[in-house]
Order: sequence, then C-alpha cells, then structure tokens
Amino acid sequence: MTHSLTHSQASDTFNKDESRVDWHDESLWFIRQKRDKAAFAIPEWEELRESASQIKENVLANMDTYLLEFEQKAQKNGIHVHWATDAAEHNTLVLEIMQKHNFKKIVKSKSMLTEECHLNPFLEKNGIEVIDTDLGERIVQLRNEPPSHIVLPAIHLKKQDVGDTFHEYLGTEKGASDPQYLTEAARQHLRGKFIAADLAITGVNFAIAETGGFVVCTNEGNADMGAHLAKVHIACMGFEKIIPKIENLGIFLRLLARSATGQPITTYSSHFQKPRAGQEMHIIIVDNGRSTQLGRADFRNSLKCIRCGACMNTCPVYRRSGGHSYHNAVAGPIGIILAPNLDMKQNNDLPFASTLCGSCTNVCPVKINIHEQIWKWRQIVTQEGYAGFEKTQGIKLMNTVLSKPKVYRFVGKMGREIMRFAPFAVNNSLNKWFKNREMPDAPKESFREWYMKQKM
Amino acid sequence: MTKMTSREQILAKIRVNKPSEKVVLPTNLDWENTAFDDNIQRSASQRFAEVLKSIGGEAIEAADFDFIKKEIDTIHYHHVINLLPNLEIQGKDIREISDAHDLASVDLAIIEGKMGVAENGAIWLDESCFGGHRVLPFITQHLIIVLKKENIVSNMHKAYKRIQSDLFSIGFGLFLAGPSKTADIEQSLVIGAHGARSLRVYLV
Repeated sequence: MTHSLTHSQASDTFNKDESRVDWHDESLWFIRQKRDKAAFAIPEWEELRESASQIKENVLANMDTYLLEFEQKAQKNGIHVHWATDAAEHNTLVLEIMQKHNFKKIVKSKSMLTEECHLNPFLEKNGIEVIDTDLGERIVQLRNEPPSHIVLPAIHLKKQDVGDTFHEYLGTEKGASDPQYLTEAARQHLRGKFIAADLAITGVNFAIAETGGFVVCTNEGNADMGAHLAKVHIACMGFEKIIPKIENLGIFLRLLARSATGQPITTYSSHFQKPRAGQEMHIIIVDNGRSTQLGRADFRNSLKCIRCGACMNTCPVYRRSGGHSYHNAVAGPIGIILAPNLDMKQNNDLPFASTLCGSCTNVCPVKINIHEQIWKWRQIVTQEGYAGFEKTQGIKLMNTVLSKPKVYRFVGKMGREIMRFAPFAVNNSLNKWFKNREMPDAPKESFREWYMKQKM
Repeated sequence: MTKMTSREQILAKIRVNKPSEKVVLPTNLDWENTAFDDNIQRSASQRFAEVLKSIGGEAIEAADFDFIKKEIDTIHYHHVINLLPNLEIQGKDIREISDAHDLASVDLAIIEGKMGVAENGAIWLDESCFGGHRVLPFITQHLIIVLKKENIVSNMHKAYKRIQSDLFSIGFGLFLAGPSKTADIEQSLVIGAHGARSLRVYLV
C-alpha cells in the first residue's frame, strides 16, 4: 500500500486542532492509567510478564514443531487447516471458500491480520459483502477509514462524528450523539447482519498446540454472535499466535485485558475446539513476512506481541499524532517495529516517530524491547539509504562536529552567540525544534569554560 | 522438482530462521497470592461478587431454588429458555428449536455455570451448558447463570487446572465475565453491545 504523507506530515495535519489533540492525548492516557491500576493490584504482575515472555521465546524457537502439533490436533478435531505465505494467498483462500458454497455475506469480528492483508477491499471487489461487527470497526468501515488503534478502532473520533456517520448510514436522528443511543442503533443494525450472514470470520488471540483449539477474546460478543450462527467459520491467524499449552492461557488471559483496557478479563474469552454439528470450521495460518522477521535476530521478538495496545496508549508520540499517521494496519510503537519488515521503503519514516523514551517497553506484557528495536531500525533504515537527504546530511554534520573537540567548541560558541544576539536566526519556522516550543536562553559560557575558570 | 506447497515453504523458512537458543517453558504456573488492592480478607465467593459488580454484572446469594424462582417471577419475560431442571420456570423447550437463528427472540436464558473465577468475575461455561446451541448465552437479551459457590476458584491458573482435561474433549467453551459491553464511542461504557444486555448470577 502506498501512502501520500509521512508520519510527520500526517501528524502536522492532526495537530492543527489543538484542543482535539489534547482530548485524544488525554483519552489514551486515561486508558494507560486504568492499565496501571489493574496491573498494580496483582502482586505477581512482574512474574506474569516474565513468564509470558519466556513462553513466547520458547514459541519462537519451536515455532515449526508447535504449528505442526496444532495442525494435527485441529484436523483431528474436524477443523480444516490452510497455510498462506502472503496476504494475496490468504485473501484468495477466503474467497475460494465463499465461492465453493456460493456465499455472498460475511460478518467479521476484529482481526488485525485481515486489515494487514486488506481482505475487505479484495472481497468487495469480488462481489462479497463484508460487515465489520466490532462497533468501533463498523464505525470506521462506514466512514471508509482504517482503524486508528488495534484495540480501540475509533478512538480518534468524537461522539458527534459517530452520530453524523450513523445518521447518514443507519438513519439515527440528526445531531444525536448519545453513546447509549448510538450503540443501540448499531446493535439493531448488526443483529440483522448476524442473522443474515453465511459465513463468519474471526481473528485468533491464542492458538493452542496441545489441543488444536483457539481462543478469541471480545467484549461485545460479536465474534461469537457471528461464529455460532454462520454455516461456516474461518479463523485467520498470523502464525506467531501459537502457544504450547492450555496452562499458558492462565498467564496470557490475566495479562491481556488488564494491559489493554484495565479490565480484569474481556467479557468473552471463547475457546473454539471443534465445529458445531453441521458447521464447517477453517483456520488459515498466515506468514506474510513473519518468517523473515523471525530470521532478524534484533527484531524477531516483535513476534511475541499479543496485540494489547498498551504501547500505543502510553506513547507520547502516538497520543499526539493519532493512529492514522502511521499508515500501517498496526500503529504506534509496535507498528513501528513491525512495519519496516513488511516494506522498508514505504515505512522508512516510522522508526523516527518516537522519542525513544522506553515507556512502551515498560508496559509491554510480554517484555518486547520495543524502544531498542525502534532505535535499531533507525540504523538499518539509514544504512539502507532510506533515511532521506536531510537526516543523512544532518547526521554526517553531527559526526564531524562531535568527533573533533576544536570544531565542537567553536560551533558551540557560535551557537550561543547567535542565540543571544540574533535569536531570530533560530526562532523561526526553518528550525523544527522551534515548532510549538520556545528556545531556551543561551548561557554566556559553556561548562568547559566555567570549569577552566574554577580551576584557576 | 515439484513445487513446494505454501505449508512446506512456510515451515522450511521457519526452520532456517528460528532462533537456536532454547528457552525452557516455565512450569508450575500458579500464584497463591490473590491479595487485592485493599488487602481485606474475603472468601472467593465474596470477591467474585465484588468483581462481577465492577464489570457490570450482579451476583446474588440464593438460599434455594424457590428464592430464585420468586425473584425471576417478579419480572415478565416474553420468551424464556430455562435449562435448569430443578428450577420451576416456564419457558420454551430448547429441544424443539432446531435452527439457532430462532433463538433471536429469546428474552431470558437461565443456565448453569460450571465454575467461577474470583479474580475477574468470569464464569466457565462449556457445551453442556447451552442446551445444544452455542449461541444461546450471546443471543439472549438477558442472561441468568446459577453457580455453586463451591465451584469458585481464586484465579485463572486454578481455573485452567480444573478444566484442563475437559479442553481436550469439548467442542466449545468460554469464560464469560459480565454483560456484553463496548466503549468504542468516546470511551463511554455502554452495556449491551451485541450479546446479553444483563447478567445476573445466583450463587447457591
């Protein structure tokens, strides 16, 4: 997918409405605080994170074995298992299942994988109706936008925006913006879609090797409404969703919702093991670049991610730039380290959309070293020549200045003099550090100059 | 040479690229400590009731089935499905329903829960709880679950220990925690997204 704006350009647009940015920032920070409250109430929280991390590292090293065990058990349970090397193959598999049954209508619960594969436009092009049934996803689908957050797809919208959209598409009263009223309208609208659907697609939160079953977590109940009514259920999973044992679920379900929204558990944690009588169940195991990422020693543990979104809620850049500015299905810090693997050229701007403050790493329930990986991607993007002229030249100049003490002292002195006597030379729009900030007062002398004086 | 299938390609690439260092799986995954934010000692069922309330549900201690019947009788539900043989509530016989879509008109479903979890207010339900239709606890407008107090465990680790062997044989099961909810519109919590609009649990 091509995108027209870089992260910083899109953030500029997002930042034009200052009060709205503040609101976005505060909404997400509020969720971060709820996460803290939930986490701090569990004395063994850090041990849970450590165990989750170990389980996921064990998975990375035994990925093929666990996938094969899962396939064998799932088939024994009567589930059809498919493998797709890339997005196109995944999408074709879904279409073929639809065509085999001569089906036209799909209800889909949240699946970031199908966003990554751009499944909806592909199916629509082939004459199939796909309805996203998660409320947030339905809202953005009606607005023809991608989700801006992996857990809270419509977090960038105000209730008035949703009211306008529902008025246009669902016939709610003009100007109505009460969340209760709007949610009820969506419930009625989507009940009709659940009843009429031929096939249901769900994502997969965890696939368990030892049973061949998989777990899907929602708060709304939309995955279950779809899957238990439709004649055919397809569950789509990136292969990294595999875990070895049932007992591992105890760890992950304790961490997931608390990290995501501060809830003790999602309302529904559904364990699908076998199709119901008369139903057909499929699982599509997707690679789409994951096996390449597995081979990158510095980045492979991004595949430990359980998609809770905690890194996004805490990120000072995400909170003030919005999910859409990342032009990738997964935004925020975790998106930054996943996207360059999919397309380094298209996503060369993302590793720079970070302050490297490390807050993402601190909240990650599976202990991914997110900020370190962002820093490493910066180096690779630059080495590969994708960093752009301005950044490359800037770094070269910095290198000259910082590696030669005399040059450094001279430039430092020049800088101080300019800031003191000709502040307009730095306090202007050419200086990106001046944007939304006042420049600090320049000191009269450097630390070195001061220190030399003290010695005398 | 024959072309490799996608399955073979993916597995081959994983084998080449996976890390060689082996991390051992952690075992004995349980923590006895379920102390909560305020350190007040409570029984598992008291804690269960508190947490359930905080996530939008309701737990009521019931001395016997007569008490439950009297309570339910105070509200008129048009279309009821009651799966508890010992509870004398009139409703439709679920065995007469062959197409799950016909459950769309159910106002109230009364089912038995297998196990409760104190730390998060979740209730384990499996295929034996739905009268043959998995969609029942989701599609009903309101849901009542009867749960034995003795079946409440403290945390998820203990819960999985209990259902471990079942998970090798059952077709479907879930942890259900509270009524269906969403906060997708400006983070305002709304109860009753797609699933049941209310959940009441009778502890017996």
